[in-house]
Amino acid sequence: MKMLAKSLAASVRQFKGQALSWAVTNGVIELALHRAPCNEIGSLSLGEFEQFASALDELEKEAHALIIFSELKSGFCAGADLRELYERSQTIEKAHAVRGVRDFLERIHRTLSRIDASPLTTIAAVHGVTFGGGFEVALVCDLLIADKMARFCFPELRLGLIPGFGGIPRLKRDLGNAVVRDLLLTGRSFNATKAQQIGLASQIVSEGEALRVARATAAQLGKFDRHTAAEAKRFIKPIPQDELRREIDIFCELFSRPAVQAGLKKFVESTDAQPYLP
Amino acid sequence: METAQRTLDEILNLAAAHFKVPREKLSPDDDFFKALGIDSLQALDLLTKLENHFRVELPDYELQGVSDFRTLAGKIQARL
Repeated sequence: MKMLAKSLAASVRQFKGQALSWAVTNGVIELALHRAPCNEIGSLSLGEFEQFASALDELEKEAHALIIFSELKSGFCAGADLRELYERSQTIEKAHAVRGVRDFLERIHRTLSRIDASPLTTIAAVHGVTFGGGFEVALVCDLLIADKMARFCFPELRLGLIPGFGGIPRLKRDLGNAVVRDLLLTGRSFNATKAQQIGLASQIVSEGEALRVARATAAQLGKFDRHTAAEAKRFIKPIPQDELRREIDIFCELFSRPAVQAGLKKFVESTDAQPYLP
Repeated sequence: METAQRTLDEILNLAAAHFKVPREKLSPDDDFFKALGIDSLQALDLLTKLENHFRVELPDYELQGVSDFRTLAGKIQARL
């Protein structure tokens, strides 16, 4: 029984999946994203994110910080797997497709909210493309460390949608409404300098240095009393539950519209060089 | 204040260095997607590089219909 418990504990302490992996070193959980081409979040990634969220109860007992980063050169995360979303919506009847989308959103919300509410101090170490759902993953973290080539965007309006992984309530939590309107309604991308100017990025670092600096920051966090840090975080960082639920409702209402299907089709079938440009 | 020609030259130099393409193979009126062999994700990298270098903010919707270095330089110049 002891051996089984030990083996279970070991399998929670580290995990190597197809889309992500994690390990605990010196009290810091490092969650690495590595699903080519750019960590697009579909059902595979969601399943492994859920495994991570389930493991957090155990992991939090021996850690003081969590770093989320990408191992891929292409960037942190380009967002939802639009190809999978489009292909699934084509194969099933519309009402089922919307239910499927709602189910997916509720699952990703539960997972991201679990990370958002973790007593650990969480750090997103980002580089390159940090778009849509990828931006939303970064936003659940307490600190965002961006390298100079990081680029952020909520491009959902280009597809006739709004961010669906909790991005709007979390962005509102962190930034002024005028900035949120600019980003959402123009769908434009912006760089790390801008991210720091608007108060989103806590540090900007040289290209390729985000993970190293995140580790140094996490080491600093380890000097503080865990209980105090957790209480301070809970005080200062509310989880916007009502707005998160409303965001799912609005997303699902919009998803069934023909304009969205046309936007997804255009993105997925694009053969030109510019699908990520507006 | 940068002249338009100097802006264009700097863009060509930066693009060549970032994407490891020989500078002499790039001309102002080249389609930068083809000349650099890049896709839209990499074009965003180029945009970030240029914004950092020139210390400007260039909304990516300004790049709609822009595919040559000369026009890109004009967009950057308008923000200096």
